[in-house]
Amino acid sequence: MFQVFHGVNVDWLGKRRIFIGLSIALMLAGMGTALYRHKFHPHGTDAFNLGVDFKGGTVVTVRFKNPPTAEQIRAAIDQAGIKDAVIQPVLDRAGEFLIRLPQQAQTQAADPNQAGVDIGRAVVRRALNRFGSETSGDLNSDPNASYKIEGTDAVSAVASAQLRTQAIAVTIAALIGMLIFIAFRFEWTYGAAAVIAVFHTVLVTLGLFSIFQIEINLTVIAALLTLVGFDVNDSIVIFDRIRENRKLYRRMSLYDVTNLSINQTLSRTVITSGLVFLSVIALVLLGGETLRPFSLALLMGIVFGTYDTIAVAGPIMVWWERKLEAANRRAVAAMATSPHARGRGQTSRKEMPSRAARV
Amino acid sequence: MKKRSLLQRSIIIAIVTIVGVYIVIGHHGRRPHLKDFTPSGIKATLATNINLGLDLKGGSHLVMRVKVEDYLKRLTEDSATAAQNAAKDAGFDVKEAHAETAGDYRVVLQAADPSKAKDIREAVQKKVELAENAGWSYSTSGDKLVWTLTGSAQRTLADNATEQALKIIETRINAIGVAEPTLQRRGAQTAHEILLQMPGIQDPEHVKQMLAGQSHLELVHVVSPPSPSPIQTYATKEEAIASLNSGGNIPANRRVLPYIERAELANRNAQDQTNPQKPTKWVVVESPAIIDGAELRSASAAQGRAGSDEYDIQFSLKKSGADKFGTWTGANINEYMGVVLNDEVKSIAFIKSQIFDQGEINGNFSKQSADDLALTLRSGALPAPIQYQEERTVGPSLGADSIRSGVRASLLGLALVVLFMLIYYRGSGINAVVALLLNMVLMIAGLIVFGATLTLPGIAGIILTIGMAVDSNVLIFERIREELRSGKTIPSAVEQGFGHAFITIIDTHVTTIVSSLFLYVFGAGPIRGFAVTLVLGLLVNLFSAVYVSRTIFIWLLSRKGKRVESLSI
Repeated sequence: MFQVFHGVNVDWLGKRRIFIGLSIALMLAGMGTALYRHKFHPHGTDAFNLGVDFKGGTVVTVRFKNPPTAEQIRAAIDQAGIKDAVIQPVLDRAGEFLIRLPQQAQTQAADPNQAGVDIGRAVVRRALNRFGSETSGDLNSDPNASYKIEGTDAVSAVASAQLRTQAIAVTIAALIGMLIFIAFRFEWTYGAAAVIAVFHTVLVTLGLFSIFQIEINLTVIAALLTLVGFDVNDSIVIFDRIRENRKLYRRMSLYDVTNLSINQTLSRTVITSGLVFLSVIALVLLGGETLRPFSLALLMGIVFGTYDTIAVAGPIMVWWERKLEAANRRAVAAMATSPHARGRGQTSRKEMPSRAARV
Repeated sequence: MKKRSLLQRSIIIAIVTIVGVYIVIGHHGRRPHLKDFTPSGIKATLATNINLGLDLKGGSHLVMRVKVEDYLKRLTEDSATAAQNAAKDAGFDVKEAHAETAGDYRVVLQAADPSKAKDIREAVQKKVELAENAGWSYSTSGDKLVWTLTGSAQRTLADNATEQALKIIETRINAIGVAEPTLQRRGAQTAHEILLQMPGIQDPEHVKQMLAGQSHLELVHVVSPPSPSPIQTYATKEEAIASLNSGGNIPANRRVLPYIERAELANRNAQDQTNPQKPTKWVVVESPAIIDGAELRSASAAQGRAGSDEYDIQFSLKKSGADKFGTWTGANINEYMGVVLNDEVKSIAFIKSQIFDQGEINGNFSKQSADDLALTLRSGALPAPIQYQEERTVGPSLGADSIRSGVRASLLGLALVVLFMLIYYRGSGINAVVALLLNMVLMIAGLIVFGATLTLPGIAGIILTIGMAVDSNVLIFERIREELRSGKTIPSAVEQGFGHAFITIIDTHVTTIVSSLFLYVFGAGPIRGFAVTLVLGLLVNLFSAVYVSRTIFIWLLSRKGKRVESLSI
């Protein structure tokens, strides 16, 4: 049998201060950067680098006499200094292309939309002059011209502000759903710990997007939703093992059981995350520019999603359970001394009496 | 016992696999030919079965214009009617009221006693939105009170109408189920244009028609002697206007509308002589309407009579609308009420008793048009008609090279996963890979059944789902290894491994299904689609990674007989 991580015995919880410290530092760095950029706009940046989906831009309609390929046009526009242009050939009109540019730098014009449109048109003209000159009259009758810009229109953002707020709202709703279900299958503390861990990963990922100014588009939102599901899987696998081990090793403390469970499931954690990591890294390296923001979001989500189960969910759960145990022990003690208080100390927590006895 | 369950399991798996493969590569809608099973034939069927998104294949590019001038015109006319009624209700004598909509938008009220203009103005503005801060500037000339809509108010109102139209179109296109469209405003603020790109779909004309459907619903009081007298109708419009005795003009509180019975059915089969289209009649109705489509809570198509192919629309009203409607119907028993759709009277009925929140539109619709109409009614009426300005067929928004590298990277990721499983788990790795491939086929089959649209990030997402699906196999295999290490026999290690891992797998899957349920309930459009895909992937995974893998193990162990000595894992 060829295997990794057999018989590991690491005191993961013993390193909780370092883990939690690192997580808090990462979250603060990300949120700090976002706030700083939001307030002071260094180098014209904003809290997040929102893509065309969120920003709107300009659509330029061009007709060519001898049409180049979409790739050649893209290369020309790239050279003119515009990234993320979308080139769409018009199939039912020969030689026509739609060139969609993200919003260009805002000037202090009366109508910022119009200013953006004019800049967009100028950029496209500069880029397309590689293919010949633009006609001022009719393309077909002008022997020297090779293309004509037939229209320039501003377009608004594809993703409405409504969709943005909805994405945030439903993510929170989904987290609450998870919290309730995990609480039902395990304990409230387990649910809370898992959800805090997921939330932490989303925040860290968004923070890194702000720090490195990676473009956020609609696919990034989809990636974030995906990694919420992936992340919580890890926590549940470990919680499941904790539940099982608590029945097996009744004398062991929660601290030790948690360490044991993390170690026992470590090979699974590493293999699964490693495999997903492999396929995502293939996307990051070879998937091309278009998929990069999406695959980077997934990559970060997988790295931090794996990390947070051991570093965040475990320690929070153990800390919380210990606090509850201490409170419960006091309640049991109070119950023993005063017979009138019977019933008050009983709560709905399923394993309470045995847990108190074990500590 | 074992043998029988193995047989049973094999049959179930075989059926699911065959159905899955057929959905993916089978020709839908006709019998398969032999040449469908050649590589090029499979490629061609795949292309028709799977809807590719705008980024991979392109689609239609539509520019529509919201006719905001119609919206402003209607607004002015409604205000004129309301102003006249308000003045009358307050006890003032109004000679005439009308709306001027050529050039500027004006509400003109002619008072019988000009000295009371100030009081009339006050009474009107108390009830009708004609105040300065709503964008109406007030002036008087002679005995006329004039409210003029200012230029800036025109722009704001027109802009809001366009935004509203955009939202309604978005709701409709999501309800129709066109996946992954892009919808945005185009041109300058004053252009009121909307740009829609949608991936290639079956029937673009039908979608276009539905998007532009006005669906302006009103319930009105028909001017007629009450039941049991028949409804007062007129053969021509002129006749109807003449009945109003106002010198050939239609006063602001009346409307003359066409009333066409059985139009829909007659159009559908023109040769059906037993049910010829009755000629258009005209009726006079009161203005403003009792309530309009904004008060709708829901609308759905329902079969008119059992077994017939005539459909009606049943609707229910919101609380506010139901209150208004209940009060009105209570006070007007035996009067005639008309259901007006897009300025055409669809049906007229007399009020038998007080009605609160339920209603019906009897138009003898076909199933298709009843469904379409119900959908557009639910999404709300467009504030103004929509006009298609330009229409193009566009190619993919991603370049061929971007698509190639994205697909290649996705396939490489898949290959890496398969390779690792084979090396790390050896014999059992084959088991996992079989489960994986089946997972992928079923996943794609599911996407086809749900009519999902595949985009490049979607392809990457499927590969990611595969990576996550491997998790179930890893959990099971790692657990079997653990059980083996603790000295169990192979059959019991497999048994225990599956048993323990199964609890974990159910917990992880159900957690994600629960959270997807929240996404589905609270989300809309793309978020819902995402939730459906996620749940689909999880269910498929439970089947392939747990059920199929387990069956393969049972088969392996039963083949080796009772004394199994080695398991390649």
